[in-house]
Amino acid sequence: MSAPIAELRPAAPTPHWDDTLAIEIIAAHAGLEGACLPVLHALQDEFGCVPPEAVPLVAEALNLSRAEVHGVVSFYHDFRAAPPGRHVLKLCRAEACQSMGVDALAAGLLGRLGVEWGGTTADGSMTVEPAFCLGLCACAPAALLDGEPVGRLDDAALDALAQKARRA
Amino acid sequence: MALIQETDYGTPIRLAQDTVTLTIDGHAVAVPRGTSVMAAAMMLGTKIPKLCATDSLEPFGSCRLCLVQIEGRRGFPASCTTPAEDGMVVRTQSDAIAKRRRGVMELYISDHPLDCLTCSANGDCELQDMAGVVGLREVRYGFDGANHRDAPKDESNPYFTFEASKCIACSRCIRACEEVQGTFALTMEGRGFDSKVSPGGTDFMSSECVSCGACVQACPTATLNEKSVIALGTPEHSVVTTCAYCGVGCSFKAEMKGDTLVRMVPYKAGKANEGHSCVKGRFAFGYATHKDRKVKPMIRARITDPWREVSWEEAINHTASELRRIQAKYGQEAIGGITSSRCTNEETFLVQKMIRGAFGNNNVDTCARVCHSPTGYGLKTTLGTSAGTQDFASVDHADVILVIGANPTDAHPVFGSRMKKRLRAGARLIVADPRRIDLVKSPHVQAEHHLPLLPGSNVALLNAMAHVVVTEGLVAEDYVRERCDLAEFESWARFIAQERNSPEAVEPVTGAQAQRVREAARLYATGGAAAIYYGLGVTEHSQGSTTVMAMANLAMATGNIGKLGAGVNPLRGQNNVQGACDMGSFPHEFSGYRHVSDDATREMFETIWGVPLSPEPGLRIPNMLDEAVGGRFKGLYVQGEDIAQSDPDTKHVTAGLMAMECVIVQDLFLNETAKYAHVFLPGSSFLEKDGTFTNAERRINRVRRVMAPLGGMADWEVTMALSNALGFPMEYHHPSEIMDEIARLTPSFAGVSYAKLEAVGSVQWPCNEAAPLGTPMMHVDRFVRGKGRFMITEFVPTDERTGVNFPLILTTGRILSQYNVGAQTRRTENSRWHEEDVLEIHPFDAEHRGIQDGELVALESRSGEIALRARISERMQPGVVYTTFHHAMTGANVVTTDYSDWATNCPEYKVTAVQVRRTNGPSAWQEEFAAGESVLKRIEVRLDVPAAE
Repeated sequence: MSAPIAELRPAAPTPHWDDTLAIEIIAAHAGLEGACLPVLHALQDEFGCVPPEAVPLVAEALNLSRAEVHGVVSFYHDFRAAPPGRHVLKLCRAEACQSMGVDALAAGLLGRLGVEWGGTTADGSMTVEPAFCLGLCACAPAALLDGEPVGRLDDAALDALAQKARRA
Repeated sequence: MALIQETDYGTPIRLAQDTVTLTIDGHAVAVPRGTSVMAAAMMLGTKIPKLCATDSLEPFGSCRLCLVQIEGRRGFPASCTTPAEDGMVVRTQSDAIAKRRRGVMELYISDHPLDCLTCSANGDCELQDMAGVVGLREVRYGFDGANHRDAPKDESNPYFTFEASKCIACSRCIRACEEVQGTFALTMEGRGFDSKVSPGGTDFMSSECVSCGACVQACPTATLNEKSVIALGTPEHSVVTTCAYCGVGCSFKAEMKGDTLVRMVPYKAGKANEGHSCVKGRFAFGYATHKDRKVKPMIRARITDPWREVSWEEAINHTASELRRIQAKYGQEAIGGITSSRCTNEETFLVQKMIRGAFGNNNVDTCARVCHSPTGYGLKTTLGTSAGTQDFASVDHADVILVIGANPTDAHPVFGSRMKKRLRAGARLIVADPRRIDLVKSPHVQAEHHLPLLPGSNVALLNAMAHVVVTEGLVAEDYVRERCDLAEFESWARFIAQERNSPEAVEPVTGAQAQRVREAARLYATGGAAAIYYGLGVTEHSQGSTTVMAMANLAMATGNIGKLGAGVNPLRGQNNVQGACDMGSFPHEFSGYRHVSDDATREMFETIWGVPLSPEPGLRIPNMLDEAVGGRFKGLYVQGEDIAQSDPDTKHVTAGLMAMECVIVQDLFLNETAKYAHVFLPGSSFLEKDGTFTNAERRINRVRRVMAPLGGMADWEVTMALSNALGFPMEYHHPSEIMDEIARLTPSFAGVSYAKLEAVGSVQWPCNEAAPLGTPMMHVDRFVRGKGRFMITEFVPTDERTGVNFPLILTTGRILSQYNVGAQTRRTENSRWHEEDVLEIHPFDAEHRGIQDGELVALESRSGEIALRARISERMQPGVVYTTFHHAMTGANVVTTDYSDWATNCPEYKVTAVQVRRTNGPSAWQEEFAAGESVLKRIEVRLDVPAAE
């Protein structure tokens, strides 16, 4: 599930957001053919997310409508509206992992962390996102923690990952 | 009467000359190459089920309902995205197809509310229709799975709702916004099951949406639906008529329940708009039945008296006797009248007939005086006709478009959308405008050259462009030699080639970079078919007529008149400004632009009207007001115009009106002019009468009555009654009889009749024996005047100069949601987009004066002073400020001056030297205005009749 609309519009301004820097980043990529995605990647690399503040700037630079840019940003799950926690856990929810019980594992983990899908723990240590097939079916249930694969997960393993995230 | 259902071919009609022949369900059909199988089937009358297809949009192929079988092809191709080919054998129905279609519908319906009976689109829903067509009888998936039935409703737009729970994600709305309107305000947010239509992650009202209604039109379900339909239910009959807003002249189906207007739906067969609309025509019709409408005649002796309601008979007789009294006392020339560009051709014709025949003078003028009179003068002088050269469709073939002094996306939105479509397809754009209007840069449209000239320098700029054409050898020599007066061309070419007309020499005057001007001129001259579109930014100047001639020079020199995609095209401000001019509203011209001093013409009118007519041109509006102030002009009949708000130098206008003894206002509302009137005659809206409007492309469109006049009489009937009371008999039973008289007396209208309009929809004049179906493009093989005439267009700066006291230039204009003096749109929800007039000012000028965004500022000129809020905007250039004149309370025209075009007296609205400073309250004029609101609009309450009556 992608983030519900409320989360795409955080009430508070994005921390570290800098209009001038964003405009520079956008300008640096605006000349490319099909510039929208490279621009959005560059912004996320810098700010950790593509917040709503970015949308009108990208639209203006590429002569697109704000709606079009919003459409692109919201299409890709990996573009975030707000910066993630210090660590990102992408938990696979595709068929193989489902058959190995990931739904229950996920429900348990989210409950213990007090977050919903896409949410970040209160201490900012971890963001939990769904993924749909990481290609790690052989060691399902599987996940990526900060891009590194982890497999054969159970409650204890997930708690250990969360614990590790809190420490680092 | 029934509801008109236009055929939907599912995919756009292709116009290719060569055809392909295919067989569909055993029937052969020949269709233009490029036609889809779906449209080909519809041409046979075979409806293939569909949801995501409609013929205003390119095919998309997402709903999978229109699957067919084609011999020799595997599977079930979508008929909307499959082009018809020679020899193709298509089956639209089979058991296998039916099973698949039913399966698709099951999926749609498993996630759709089943509240058909209480749904606002009940009976007008394609999803409902398709469920019936495919024979859906059960939904095997049940209704309890994940669904969107709780999706929230967006009711932020005042005219339509977005009920997301009923959305089937067909994308028709998104595509309509992109392909038809060109605003790109909608998107598909998210993906997969989470896909949903979104105006960019916000609500409709805060989005980029311009409320044109194209999405509502395209939606196959109740998701996007008019609030009026939700409130009133679906309409039961419709009448095709013509919008009464701008000069595009869009055709609409007025969809009715009895005599209640439920909604206005753009009519696909309308040749000016081809099924598109804007926020004004589509939605802003509520003014027609607004409680402010005055529907009883009223009179008063002095303007400070309260109005007294009287019978029509008393009002008409009183008016006639007052006019005759004034003429007896002050002379035959002491009265006159003003025709309206908002009324029909027939009504306008009658007013000028009454003035010439009953008043016995030529003191008739029209509001075109203050907008496009230079167009008439300039184009007639150079080309021979007082009108634009092309039809709107011509823009589809333009390679280069020069927009000067016009803002089509705001003021002529439906044509603006058509132009943007052509620009997205690759036409190149030059914009000459002091402001950075939306066309300069908006999603998917970008001007190659924006020439941000200073107001008042149009002639210098166009001369500079022509200089480049002549001196760089870009003249279309064969064209000029064959079609234009060579001696005149040569003397013009010598003039224009002079160094003082070069882009470099005029740069200090125009403010436009010489190099840019050179590039723009080269592009215009060499880029293929080049079209000029212009508006009041051209005409409303002291050199308005010169500018029009300069454009004609440029177009003739480059061979850009008389061919598709080219031409010189005025974008007319009001619905019938072209018609009002055509109908003889000017003091020197009969209908068809024939001078009153021409004996043969006058004799023809005298014979048919049975009265002697004056060969002397009468007074123009500004002359009438000057004479009034001088004490020699005492009576004025004003039909459907509000000169006290719309005309320049308000204080001079009101002084003129106050000096008169009988001012008669015929209008829908007690407008600003009515404050100074002695007789008020209720006008009728465009919904209340039959007639015709002529749009900017000379297209004569029918206006049809959908409800009875609220005041009991249509405007033409009122004029007729007054004329009869004045002893100049008129007897028409229907406006068609007036048109017959127009046709008899006007060569360019000779072939026009209501019967013909009924048969062919609309015609463009000249419509006569030589062109029985009208003339889409003028000057095709030769110019109407014979040889095209190059005119010397010396640049003469306006007398209105900036200086120490008034260092800024004010220019005025219009915005999308409001129309003209706002009498109509201010009485609709359109005001939600524009509640007050604001002063747009460049950050540099604002900072210099310590002005913050949103602050109240005083705007002062040599004529007067008003206060309004500032909006700091980089659309402006430093030194130039801008406002609109939609609100009477603002009084923008208190500030404008009485300078005017040398040839036609068209006022110089677009250049006023002003100063701007912070202020903390309204100006003296505005305070006086507010006081006058209560005194001058009082209506007597009669104690002898119950108040409820």
